[in-house]
Amino acid sequence: MFVGAVFFPLLGATISGFFGRWIGDRAAMWSTVICMVLAAVCGVSAFFQVAMGGQPTTEMLFTWMDVGDLEFAWSLRYDTLSAVMVGMVTFISTLIHLYSVGYMSHDETPSRFFAYLSLFTFMMLMLVTADNLVQLFFGWEGVGLASYLLIGYWYEKESANAAAMKAFIVNRVGDLFFMLGMALTFWTFGSLEFDAIFAAAADRAGDTFLGLPSLELIGMLMFLGACGKSAQIGLHTWLPDAMEGPTPVSALIHAATMVTAGVFLMCRMSPVMEYAPFALSVVTVVGATTAIFAATIGCVQNDIKRIIAYSTCSQLGYMFFAAGVGLYQAAMFHLFTHAFFKALLFLGAGSVIHAMSDEQDIRRMGGIWRKIPVTYVVMWIGSLALAGIPIFAGYYSKDAILEGAIAAQSGVGAYAFACGILAAFLTAFYSWRLIILTFHGKPRADAGTMAHVHESPAVMLIPLLLLSVGAVATGFTFAPYFIGDLQEQFWNGAIFNLPAKHMMEALHHAPHWVPTVAKITAVSGIALAVLLYGFLPWVPARIAAAVPGLYRFLLNKWYFDELYDRVFVQPARHLAVRFWQVGDVRIIDGMPNGAAAVAAGAARGAVRLQTGRVANYAFAMIIGLVLFITIFLLGA
Amino acid sequence: MNAAGFPLLSLLTFLPLAGALIIMSVRGEEAVVASNARWTALWTSLITFALSLILWFRFDKSSPDFQFVEQLSWLPEFGVNYMMGVDGISVLFVLLSTGLTPLCILASWESVENRVREYMVAFLVLETMMVGMFCAMDFILFYVFFEGVLIPMFLIIGIWGGARRVYAAYKFFLYTLLGSVLMLLAIIVLWFSAGTTAIPELAEFEIPFSIQVWLFLAFFASFAVKVPMWPVHTWLPDAHVEAPTAGSVILAGVLLKMGAYGFLRFSLPLLPEASAFFAPFIYVLSVVAVVYTSLVALAQQDMKKLIAYSSVAHMGIVTLGIFTFNQQGIEGALFTMLAHGVVSGALFLCVGVLYDRVHSREIARYGGLAKIMPAYALVFMLFTMGSVALPGTAGFPGEFLVIVGAWAVSPWVALGAALGMILGAAYMLYLYRRVSFGRIIRDDLRSLLDLSPREYATFAPLIALTLWMGIYPQSFLSFFSVTVSQLVEQHQAAVQAASRLAGLP
Repeated sequence: MFVGAVFFPLLGATISGFFGRWIGDRAAMWSTVICMVLAAVCGVSAFFQVAMGGQPTTEMLFTWMDVGDLEFAWSLRYDTLSAVMVGMVTFISTLIHLYSVGYMSHDETPSRFFAYLSLFTFMMLMLVTADNLVQLFFGWEGVGLASYLLIGYWYEKESANAAAMKAFIVNRVGDLFFMLGMALTFWTFGSLEFDAIFAAAADRAGDTFLGLPSLELIGMLMFLGACGKSAQIGLHTWLPDAMEGPTPVSALIHAATMVTAGVFLMCRMSPVMEYAPFALSVVTVVGATTAIFAATIGCVQNDIKRIIAYSTCSQLGYMFFAAGVGLYQAAMFHLFTHAFFKALLFLGAGSVIHAMSDEQDIRRMGGIWRKIPVTYVVMWIGSLALAGIPIFAGYYSKDAILEGAIAAQSGVGAYAFACGILAAFLTAFYSWRLIILTFHGKPRADAGTMAHVHESPAVMLIPLLLLSVGAVATGFTFAPYFIGDLQEQFWNGAIFNLPAKHMMEALHHAPHWVPTVAKITAVSGIALAVLLYGFLPWVPARIAAAVPGLYRFLLNKWYFDELYDRVFVQPARHLAVRFWQVGDVRIIDGMPNGAAAVAAGAARGAVRLQTGRVANYAFAMIIGLVLFITIFLLGA
Repeated sequence: MNAAGFPLLSLLTFLPLAGALIIMSVRGEEAVVASNARWTALWTSLITFALSLILWFRFDKSSPDFQFVEQLSWLPEFGVNYMMGVDGISVLFVLLSTGLTPLCILASWESVENRVREYMVAFLVLETMMVGMFCAMDFILFYVFFEGVLIPMFLIIGIWGGARRVYAAYKFFLYTLLGSVLMLLAIIVLWFSAGTTAIPELAEFEIPFSIQVWLFLAFFASFAVKVPMWPVHTWLPDAHVEAPTAGSVILAGVLLKMGAYGFLRFSLPLLPEASAFFAPFIYVLSVVAVVYTSLVALAQQDMKKLIAYSSVAHMGIVTLGIFTFNQQGIEGALFTMLAHGVVSGALFLCVGVLYDRVHSREIARYGGLAKIMPAYALVFMLFTMGSVALPGTAGFPGEFLVIVGAWAVSPWVALGAALGMILGAAYMLYLYRRVSFGRIIRDDLRSLLDLSPREYATFAPLIALTLWMGIYPQSFLSFFSVTVSQLVEQHQAAVQAASRLAGLP
């Protein structure tokens, strides 16, 4: 069962990927779906046995590396934390496989698509069941690869290729820090296996590295790694572009599962993070800032998938600041409920796009709710859950996070609360902006498209309905386990809270006004959107015209892409060409080839030193740097 | 006599030479001779490989000593003997050489049409030299093989290479020879002072620090060019671009390892204090190599040049790992050497597949190949990922271990090396995108055929190895472990002894 949950998807990927051409598309599709169903059966029963039944276990497969003191194995660790993830991932992935059968029916190479999708699921499961940091990193990079392949699935589209590359490379920036974090972890703990690390965390709390507390440094490096995968501000730029992939991919990878890996990492490392208060403060601030930052952008975007993508970014911010104030349980709970309603929203958006003949711009939609009633209803359910309206799943988890931020009684907690409330308002606003522009008002699409609008087939609707049930029910069903009275027994030590902080205790004594304020903000956000877009549709354009600077700033996503292009991409390209043409060709090769010439014209050489060419100086600088650093290191 | 019961290493070394003699002795019609030469070369190399597998099974991993040792007196009055043996450091490189050679012969099956006989002879001689070099336990013998490698490689580039082959061949030869001359001087110095050239005996011999420094620099001149380290790397892109595909495979797969092997075999054990003294210098050069050549790779328009520059970056990781002097770093370096041999060799084969069909290495000439050559695209993707060190492929364990090892030396050095992770992903994915993705713009590409059975046969072992090394690296790491830990211990002991002598704490 434990092995099956992880390896059935790999089997499906292998069948579809390597034999898809022989067995035909239909067989390939359905074989992956069947493998996923088997995995889900295993995964969900593992969830019940491990998390609900309280029987954690670890399946060791075989040694991976054993070098000196560094030793770790391929193994599957099932504690509550991973069981929650395994159950959730296999369940949602199965639904998305099923949905894709309908969504990708007109595609040319569905077997390739399904192979990638199953490969992704396998990698994600390896990530969450890892027993050591390196295997986690294997899954971490593996989901990156699958995400790269799926974003660039339509490889004939240049924009898709660019987005895929961007996703991989930006993720690698985070991974670099993860890698360094692993190095420091090894030299601090002498091991990369979780059990050994967690057991020694308290003893190592006083260790320093280069004068800095080791655990703080590990926490920071791991968090930077998490930022890449979970699209936190600064390393978020790839996520909106990732919407170039087919919509089921966005639902599975860029909403429900992969992007939450960073949050999972923070929770997994809670025994270390708890001893790194400064790193946790940084997590809180960055998470809170991302929550508000992404929400502001979400309010002005016009691509239906990008709006939801920014919403994901923003919700991940919530999870991070929840972890930052020490409420890992609430972060995991929000991760869990979010997976259902965000997958629902994306698949609903996919259903809209499918109905609208691949139109994604909400300015060219409208007036279609009667034609696709089921999609319309599930989008409402998803949005209600996202906005945190009572009874719906998001209410329970988001509320807990906001209460926790106040209960933390710290400056960063207060900042997180302020950002969180404001973001909640904006979330409700852009969600209903999306609903109204998409479904209501006069049709803005051309007649041909409108005539073609149709509800999706059953194979797509069934997953939508099942996810709607999740978006409603996961909140009140699981709240007692994740954050309520049963939490201690449920988590069973998989998450560590510093006893002195009493976060779970404090959560229950949070001021009573918090949930009320949260509800009022959400409802007023909805009301404002309905008012502006439903009844006064000319007003938004006027507002935009009144503050053009702000509008453009938001529309252009705070100009992060432009900034990075200026600061990193262009200089790297220039440097690349200069190093090659000047460094290699002219200087290094020029030396033996032109030694004689230089000797003859030494005067000319002296002049050449002052040619004012940046690359020449850069090259001279590198040589200087080599000498300088060497002398420095030799001296030290 | 040794674990195999017969002179296995000599047989491995000279069997290809015997095959070369057979090929040379055949006379007759051109086509017959060519076909005969191909088959003889293939069978010779396959038999050699099969024999070399004895090493895999019979090598005693728990012993740090030389094994399968053979000894014959050669020039006894000078203290020079014919000594062959392998230890944990060299054994897998023998296998790498014997394993890659048949693949190279397969890869040149159709692409080499002129002077097939001479080509195959050159390859077999090359194999003799490579295997001999990794087995040599005597310094003079090592030097003979080390230099001997140059000759067949020079010919392979210079005769069967591309348009600027003569320039590239001379550049290759002169660069590597200049360094070697200094090494010869160093060997002679060692010989005079120690009275022997047997490597195990030399390792016991203590050399004063002031002489170590000079010897180190002399060795460095030779090995650094071979690795190649920045800034003496520029011969490599030219050599790769002009070399035929199989030549590139061997060049990247085995020849680049000779320099790093030299550092491990000679510089570290014979000159421990000088190695420690110069380590910071090596770190800086290695990190510069990683960052600089990765950036240069990003700007390349020629597929082979791009992969050649990426090789320099990977070898930067290797030199860095070697000079961390800890178990993780050195084992990581060794593993990276093996992995690079497999992965970059395979990448050159991937380029060769396209070159055979279109006769162009220019990246812009391609695009959209995933559509018409799906199997090729998959294979190419796998090796691309191997090159960017995705966990689960061969590239990862080595890079990971080196970064872990480097962190113990200095986190900044580790950071510099890790920058290669980002830049490596950038240039490889950029290459892959331009070759495989996008729309097919050129009509002549539409008619390209996907991999042929012969090409599948060439790639299959490399694919299996890439995954095997990624998923279960332990079966390779276990060869290194004991030898490396002895090396690390001896190094530490030597450095400590030296600092005690110098009165330092």
